[in-house]
Amino acid sequence: MRTTTKKEKKTSSKSNGVPNLPADRQELKFNSGWEYAPAPESKSHIKLKDRYELFINGKFVKPSSGKYFETINPATEEKIAEIAEANAADVDKAVKAARNAYERIWKKMPATERAKYIFRISRMIQERAREFAVIESIDGGKTIRESRDVDVPLAANHFFYYAGWADKLEYAFPGRVPSSLGVAGQIIPWNFPLLMAAWKLAPALATGNTVVLKPAETTPLTALKLAEIIQESGLPEGVVNIITGFGQTGADIVDHPDVDKIAFTGSTEVGKIIQKAVAGTNKKITLELGGKAANIIFDDAPLDQAVEGVINGIYFNQGHVCCAGSRLFVQESVYNIVLRKLKDRMETLIVGDPLDKNTDIGAINSKTQLDTINKYISIGKKEGAEMYQSSCPIPGKGFFCRPTLFTNVAQSNRIAQEEIFGPVLAIQTFRTDEEAIEKANNTPYGLSAGVWTDKGSKIFNLTTKMRAGVVWANTYNKFDPTSPFGGYKESGFGREGGLHGLSGYLNPQPLKGSK
Amino acid sequence: MSKTYDKKATLAISENGLEKTPSKKRLEVLKTYKIYIGGQFPRTESGRYYIATNSKGEQLANVCLSSRKDFRDAVVAARNAFKGWSAKAAFNRGQILYRIAEMLEARKAQFIEELIKQNSSKSQAQKEVTLSIDRLIYYAGWCDKYQQIFGTVNPVASSHFNFSVPEATGVVAAVAPQENSLIGLVSTLAPIVAGGNTCVILASETKPLCSVSFAEVINSSDVPGGVVNILTGKPSELFSQFASHMDVNAVVYCGNEELVQKEIQQKAAGNVKRVLIYKDVNWLSEKGQSPYYILNLQEIKTTWHPIENIGGGGGGY
Repeated sequence: MRTTTKKEKKTSSKSNGVPNLPADRQELKFNSGWEYAPAPESKSHIKLKDRYELFINGKFVKPSSGKYFETINPATEEKIAEIAEANAADVDKAVKAARNAYERIWKKMPATERAKYIFRISRMIQERAREFAVIESIDGGKTIRESRDVDVPLAANHFFYYAGWADKLEYAFPGRVPSSLGVAGQIIPWNFPLLMAAWKLAPALATGNTVVLKPAETTPLTALKLAEIIQESGLPEGVVNIITGFGQTGADIVDHPDVDKIAFTGSTEVGKIIQKAVAGTNKKITLELGGKAANIIFDDAPLDQAVEGVINGIYFNQGHVCCAGSRLFVQESVYNIVLRKLKDRMETLIVGDPLDKNTDIGAINSKTQLDTINKYISIGKKEGAEMYQSSCPIPGKGFFCRPTLFTNVAQSNRIAQEEIFGPVLAIQTFRTDEEAIEKANNTPYGLSAGVWTDKGSKIFNLTTKMRAGVVWANTYNKFDPTSPFGGYKESGFGREGGLHGLSGYLNPQPLKGSK
Repeated sequence: MSKTYDKKATLAISENGLEKTPSKKRLEVLKTYKIYIGGQFPRTESGRYYIATNSKGEQLANVCLSSRKDFRDAVVAARNAFKGWSAKAAFNRGQILYRIAEMLEARKAQFIEELIKQNSSKSQAQKEVTLSIDRLIYYAGWCDKYQQIFGTVNPVASSHFNFSVPEATGVVAAVAPQENSLIGLVSTLAPIVAGGNTCVILASETKPLCSVSFAEVINSSDVPGGVVNILTGKPSELFSQFASHMDVNAVVYCGNEELVQKEIQQKAAGNVKRVLIYKDVNWLSEKGQSPYYILNLQEIKTTWHPIENIGGGGGGY
């Protein structure tokens, strides 16, 4: 990879310096004078086993199927470990363990004690943050900068935030006495493996529920490392059970009659199947599904900041983000200059080894996902949109995709309608505020949106009219444990994070004698 | 059907002492019970009807047997009204809900009479009507307050201002309770519209009279056309369409039939509708009202904005 960088340097050094052109025509040659020395994060301090079993009732147990599958490093395609595949019998065992722990221990435990276990888990994640960050990058392909600075600290913070809620729940629901639901079945995606585990486990435990959690098949390692922490923390056996497998394992959890709550984060397609599957049962359900977020730049926006936000909005985590700003709307008067700045910034992005601290875009999570992304790129071209990719080198092995954008995109194009879940941006233009609002909301999704303008009143006009659960104004892709996250429309229902994240795990009964 | 009415008409007139001889009696003008879509009172496009009866089997009225097309028309009206209604000042929505209560108060006698026709005793009818008025006042007051109870300012760790507020879910399709047809309808409808949603409500099949009359109250209360649409007909014909319509954001089902509940929940998955099942709720009790009925049809929107933090903060002057 480094040798190709040098080659790149040679070719582009011919036109060194910035020519005297109008702002929208100027080309910056970032690669010409710069070369980054490799800065790989060391793997020496991480502890990984060759084989991981199912975490049920406080112990690591063999799957009753006897089957294992491999988890690979998407940046090298090398096998990391073997992972147990849970079948319906294992799911049943896990649910029984969770039920038992709920009835006998967890729901009777004073809330202040419950809180301390969760605080302890948070602290232990912080202590082992570096190990978690490296494993997250190896298993999922995300850059070490991201797993180190975003995923792992946020996961620890999430546990810390919800721990404190455990003994304060009656303050969250005026006029209500909240009570726990029982056993929660939780299914999480591969894009933020540890963080999603934290988003699911922390509120469920704080509210007094016990859990059966299934991480995604391509990224099970950090959840299993978390199981080790949970074991070490002394959390009563069975309160958290972590089982691994494919879609069928998830379906077995959803269908299990003794599960009281299903929390799912993933695609809208699977979300609909789950919503249908729990119909007619008393299972409470929250869904955090797909998105096709609009990021809107007005002509009065601070353009450099906006471009930075667009880059972060679509290329953060290789675009594997349900709230990714995958549709860009630029006001016509600044379209040329924004496009130029965007292409310049894309040119500086480094795609490659996730463990290298210089890397901006890591590996695509799996071969399947890379195929999906490439399929959409060819659909975009076929539909008549114009593709642009940065010229950066990409490693020969592993699953990688250059940052990509499409111009000349129509509302009806599939790349403007469907969630790609990769580093592919579809750019459209608009003239008036009304047109921007109309186009941005013209989607069955409603997870997030971004607005870039220097005018305060315009910000609030736009943010109130976006039919989306999270709206970032003059920023993008920011997350915090205190901040509720979740969608409108087909992006799901229920919130995760903040006070609002509690209600999905509680059954608020009216106070006696109150309304 | 006309026999029942003729007899009553004769009786009423004689009691008033206006007419002594049946031959000169004034013929009562009967009301046509129509549906309410987009601020107008059309008949069902299907031309179908059913006869509402009381428990003695006496015929009370010909009532529209609404079709799926009526429902689709009503959803179009509700969708068109949503933008304006959800953007109205919360205070203004409160004023309008209060106005509905005022109008109902003024027409108490008519509603009591209709409830009595539909088998309520006089005291039951009086109680149900006054409670319905009070419930509207209750929700009128909530219109500009639930946001303060359920909204939050979130202390994020980064330099951002971050807050979460409830916003209306959108178009709601609701099957109103079969029993207690007035208080049931009011208790279902009020929290939906108080929260800025628009709706299509299917009235009690067996006791539809006061639902239609309630539409007339709505229509004279400054409620913009399309915000509330009231259909009459059979839940068995319409509930599945309520759940499967792709431009409906949420379904409310007030009832106990498990198979209906299941089918609604299954079909709702088609566009990830929010589904609310209100089972065994005694709408006459205090449990029939709460701001949580409003919250159930709200989306929480979280907004982020950076806070400039030059030089790492500290005393800035």
